[in-house]
Amino acid sequence: MKYAGLFVLPAGFFLSIAALILFPSPAPRAAFVLCGLAVEALGVAVAVRGHMEARGGSRS
Amino acid sequence: MNPALPSPIAPVMTEACFALTLALLFLAPLAIAGVALINTGLGRSRSAAQALLGNLAIVAVTAIVFTLIGATWVGASGGASHTFQLAGKSWNWLGAGPLLLGGLGSAPPQAQLALLFEFLAVAMAALVPWGSGADRWRLTAGCAAAAILAAIVFPLAAHWIWADGWLAQLGVNFGLGAGFLDGGGAATVHVLGGFSALAVIWIAGPRKGKFPKEGLATALPGHNAVYVLFGCLLALVGWLAWNVAGAVLWLHAPLAALPVTAVNTLLTASGALAATFAVTRIRFGKPDASLCANGWLAGLVASSACAGVLVPGQALFVGLVTGIATPLMVELLELALSIDDPSGAITVHAAGGLWGLLAAGLFASQPGQLVAQLVGIATLLGIVLPLVYLLFWLLNRVLPFRVDPDGERIGMDLHELGGGAYPEFVIHRDESYR
Repeated sequence: MKYAGLFVLPAGFFLSIAALILFPSPAPRAAFVLCGLAVEALGVAVAVRGHMEARGGSRS
Repeated sequence: MNPALPSPIAPVMTEACFALTLALLFLAPLAIAGVALINTGLGRSRSAAQALLGNLAIVAVTAIVFTLIGATWVGASGGASHTFQLAGKSWNWLGAGPLLLGGLGSAPPQAQLALLFEFLAVAMAALVPWGSGADRWRLTAGCAAAAILAAIVFPLAAHWIWADGWLAQLGVNFGLGAGFLDGGGAATVHVLGGFSALAVIWIAGPRKGKFPKEGLATALPGHNAVYVLFGCLLALVGWLAWNVAGAVLWLHAPLAALPVTAVNTLLTASGALAATFAVTRIRFGKPDASLCANGWLAGLVASSACAGVLVPGQALFVGLVTGIATPLMVELLELALSIDDPSGAITVHAAGGLWGLLAAGLFASQPGQLVAQLVGIATLLGIVLPLVYLLFWLLNRVLPFRVDPDGERIGMDLHELGGGAYPEFVIHRDESYR
């Protein structure tokens, strides 16, 4: 699950780059960049969740 | 009006400006010394010598590796680089500087100073995860990880942001303000270091006994609050020099704007300390020295991003927000997310740096600057974090990060160095190993 989250992170980055190329006007560009960041936040959340599950199974 | 609206074109550096920046860069290593003391003080007494030796070794390793490999890939502003064309724009993604610092003596003064700044920056970036791996990260593995940061990850980020890379060119290519702004290395040093710390913690796991099978996380307090707090004072001197030198080199600030940059640095740290002091006083009944140190340092980290582009009132606001968020995030990471970060690097360096970068965009007067900062943050999260994790994960397969259980039990000093930092002290038995 941690790896799935880490794989999602570059997807958010490419979304932000796509925003620069696809949208010349400021408002949609900013919205699309924010969408990219939201995807990255999701990826971080999934990775952290995966870490917590792994830790739950190996508490010392 | 902002004190130093960044100029995309570097002015010719006068001799006075060269001398001032050089003098500042001689003071900047005090920030490294401060962080090294903080890393050591927040660890345990039985690992203190290994921690401080590790800090020193990491500075040495990064200097050597950066000379051999990294400096070439960072390149220089206006120097040779690798680019590709996409959507009608030129994307400058990797530097192509001379090998082994060739021609350094005859390079323009600004390029020489930029290189000196980068040497310090890469050392600081590699020190950050060392504190998070305290009490369980092997010295050789720590040095190898520092070498990876100096050879691959830092050069990429530094080229993109400081050496006319594609993030610096966002203003020219896409009309986004002055491009991604990072005058003091919040992104290239602190966010990179903070993400490296997260990768180390994920790979090495928590200290033994930190998260018992039942109950809450065990508190494993640092062994020397004096080191930690004195480290904070040393760091202030270094940070003042660091941010002012960065404003000259990366924001092309005029001399008249430099005192404001220094004042903003102090105000951000002060606001953060005051807020952390108040939050811990309210939550625990007494201010917490360790968390106050974290708040102070997080304020300095946030100032790295924005001290050169804010007015003092805004800098104080940035510090206050940093100081409120820092103790809450430290608690969240430890208690709710099971992340054992002895030095608080994820909160202090990663979160503090990201907030500073965002604030630089929020308060900017140029249109599009906020989007430029957001694209930079997206790059750090989307490229730098997975890349660091992948490289460290591969390294861990070759050179295991975590010391063996016996080494962790007797302490890193005895296990790795054969002697303790405080030989005349009797180190009591740790309850968590019963």
